[in-house]
Amino acid sequence: MSVLQTNGLTKRFGQVEALSGVDLEVDKGEIFGFIGPNGAGKSTTIRILLGILKATAGEATIFGQDVWHDAVKIHKRIAYVPGDVNLWPNLTGGQVIDYLVHLRGQKVNQERKQHLIERFQLDPTKKCRTYSKGNRQKVALVAAFAADCDLYILDEPTSGLDPLMERKFQELILEAKAEGKSVLLSSHILSEVEKLCDRIAIIRDGEVIETGTMSDLRHLTRTHLYVETEKTLVLPDQGIHEWKETDWGYQFQVDREVLDDVMQAIAQAGVTKIESAPPTLEDLFMRHYDVGEGDV
Amino acid sequence: MRAWFSRTGSILLWQLKQDRLRLVIWLVPIIAVTVLTAILFEGLYPDEGDRQRLAQSVLNPAITMLLGPAYGVEQYDIGAIMAHQMYLFTALATAIFSILTVSKHTREEESLGRMEIIRSLPTGRLAPLAAIMIHHTLSFVVLASGVGAGLYLLSVASISFEGALLYGVGISAVGLFFAAVTAVCAQLAESSRGTISLAFFVLIFSYAIRGLGDVSYDGLSWWSPLGWMLETRVMVDNHWWPVTLLLVMALLLTGLALYLNAKRDLGAGLLPARQGPRNASKWLQTQVGFTVTMQRVSIIAWAVGMLIFGATYGSVLGETGTYVAEIEIMKEMLNIDQLTGRALIEEFVSMLAVIITIFATVPVILSMYRLAKEEKLNRLESVVATATSKQSLLGIHLVIGLLYSLIVVSAAGIGMGLMGQRSVDGLQFMTVFETMMAYLPAIWVMLSLAALCVGIGRWLWITWAYLGYSFVVVYLGGALEFPEWMNKLSPFEWVPSLPVEDFKLINVLILTGIAVLISLLALASYRRRDLAG
Repeated sequence: MSVLQTNGLTKRFGQVEALSGVDLEVDKGEIFGFIGPNGAGKSTTIRILLGILKATAGEATIFGQDVWHDAVKIHKRIAYVPGDVNLWPNLTGGQVIDYLVHLRGQKVNQERKQHLIERFQLDPTKKCRTYSKGNRQKVALVAAFAADCDLYILDEPTSGLDPLMERKFQELILEAKAEGKSVLLSSHILSEVEKLCDRIAIIRDGEVIETGTMSDLRHLTRTHLYVETEKTLVLPDQGIHEWKETDWGYQFQVDREVLDDVMQAIAQAGVTKIESAPPTLEDLFMRHYDVGEGDV
Repeated sequence: MRAWFSRTGSILLWQLKQDRLRLVIWLVPIIAVTVLTAILFEGLYPDEGDRQRLAQSVLNPAITMLLGPAYGVEQYDIGAIMAHQMYLFTALATAIFSILTVSKHTREEESLGRMEIIRSLPTGRLAPLAAIMIHHTLSFVVLASGVGAGLYLLSVASISFEGALLYGVGISAVGLFFAAVTAVCAQLAESSRGTISLAFFVLIFSYAIRGLGDVSYDGLSWWSPLGWMLETRVMVDNHWWPVTLLLVMALLLTGLALYLNAKRDLGAGLLPARQGPRNASKWLQTQVGFTVTMQRVSIIAWAVGMLIFGATYGSVLGETGTYVAEIEIMKEMLNIDQLTGRALIEEFVSMLAVIITIFATVPVILSMYRLAKEEKLNRLESVVATATSKQSLLGIHLVIGLLYSLIVVSAAGIGMGLMGQRSVDGLQFMTVFETMMAYLPAIWVMLSLAALCVGIGRWLWITWAYLGYSFVVVYLGGALEFPEWMNKLSPFEWVPSLPVEDFKLINVLILTGIAVLISLLALASYRRRDLAG
């Protein structure tokens, strides 16, 4: 069952088309990764989902309700954390958290709030003007997770957090998932996305160019191979990339379609050592990104 | 539709909580100053004769332009004096309060990304804007009641309950009107600076139009909300309908702001943001060039503004003579034989010069305070991290402040000189221009004090307080009969009032010397202290 769905979502700012037909679907209890280079349209999509921007065309629903018309109803059940948090300088972190939770129409669960504050090692008695970027981020995270929500929309939520806090954040996300909650996570930290997300969408120039699970996506891409052979290795012309010959062996990437041919060629050359690595999300991302630059 | 205003109440309380100090700082002084000046006026002008003498001294176009027309001069009682001397300026204060507070809670929240957090919660699309308008309505109800009650409880014979209430309601209605204006501006501009500039432009325009209308062009004042407020003829005739007009317009503007807010995207303005150049020019790459470029627009705007300001006053100088001749009482009082029209005009020239130069000090101080703002916003860090010393930064700002003062004062002097020359026979351009330029050393004292505050890194309000004090001394010092030493605390009082007085080189040199001394102190203290942020 999907909690979030968009259909041909399009947004124009004057002449500029920021989104051109974005299709997304986040299922219940799933962590959905949303990645793409700067300016690809991630934040615009998220702002439309929050009912802050109005889509030029297309549909977007959360919990089956229209994101623009039913924004207030939807927002009672979702939590949002932006990547660049700016807070009211003359109030303390604790005050801001209470206010944000209260605006959601919920009573502040002090126990839960306290627990989160301790977890993130936040000092809630300091004025927001004295917080560093990471600490402001923590305030927003605590405010989001202190409330009881069904969907978390997170736009680069860990920018500014140290690796230790990033780990805490990841635990929190996995706990939320275990409770059957859904998460839309936009991030530049690809290792984080790879570790947490069930499914991933890659957006480029306002279009979703790939969607699927990590293993789905891997099918689309290349395998890293390192081989050492007795004889000189002769490979097919097609489907080999980033070829490098070292003193001891060969290092290259192989397209899925020709993997079988390549393995046979390696076997014939008398393999003495072989190492293979699955493509990382970063490879995937870089590949799409490079193509994007080539188009320009 | 109700969903569009969801949680307005919570946001309203949140805004009020943030503003509790700001409300006290603005509203209490407005009430206090109103009540205190009424008490002062009563003490200073106990009998009819004193009041009539005051009436004669204020019956001239320059004063009308500054304060609005005087109603009830035949019986210039304390109520009428208040209405003439204080009404318009108090209204300006409420308008400024509205502009700053509304832009803070609308466009500033939005451009800093806080609005996005609020809007991701179950809050209505229009709730923040609706909340700030309710916030102002409540604040102004308090202000109107406070001012009204304060004035009435003084039990001054000439201040009726109705007059006291209308006085409070009048300045509050102007405040609310400008709150609505700012709400509209916040939809048009893309930054809080843009919003404030746009709203201030409307305020200054309203003030100037009304000034011209009150002095020479009939009907022009009807184009200004401030003109409407003065049309209440408070304490004298007590018309209520102009207040109603103001409130209805405020309501319509609020409706327009809500409509525009509903239509546009968050973060976007309706006025398009322009594209800029790809590279920095040679000039921009220097520290001086960079600082000037950052201030370029404001320097030009202020120069043009001061030119118009000066020209407006210059153009009414000529009417001073006819004005005096028209009024029977004035002829008697001023004894035209002794004080010819010409001497009267020179008297005005020197008075206007102080007022205009005090205004001209505002952008000079602002220009210096940009350095403090850069520091607060943490932008100075990356500059000082390069091969740029802190002293040179402050030094550059001092030099630019100096040039800035030259530009704005010359602009005002040229405007007033040229128009004065045209409107008054035999008045020399240079006479007016020199009168203005003589005040430069006083501005430099203010500039160096501002530099010292930046140098120390705190108490920035002191310069504003001192400038405000200097204005009060010039503006009310005569009416309130301050002792001489109090007047002499203002640097502007030390400048020889040309063309009435002779030029005293020694005073000018001493003022300049003081400015240099304070500047050196500023540089030394800036070098020694830590950068904030």
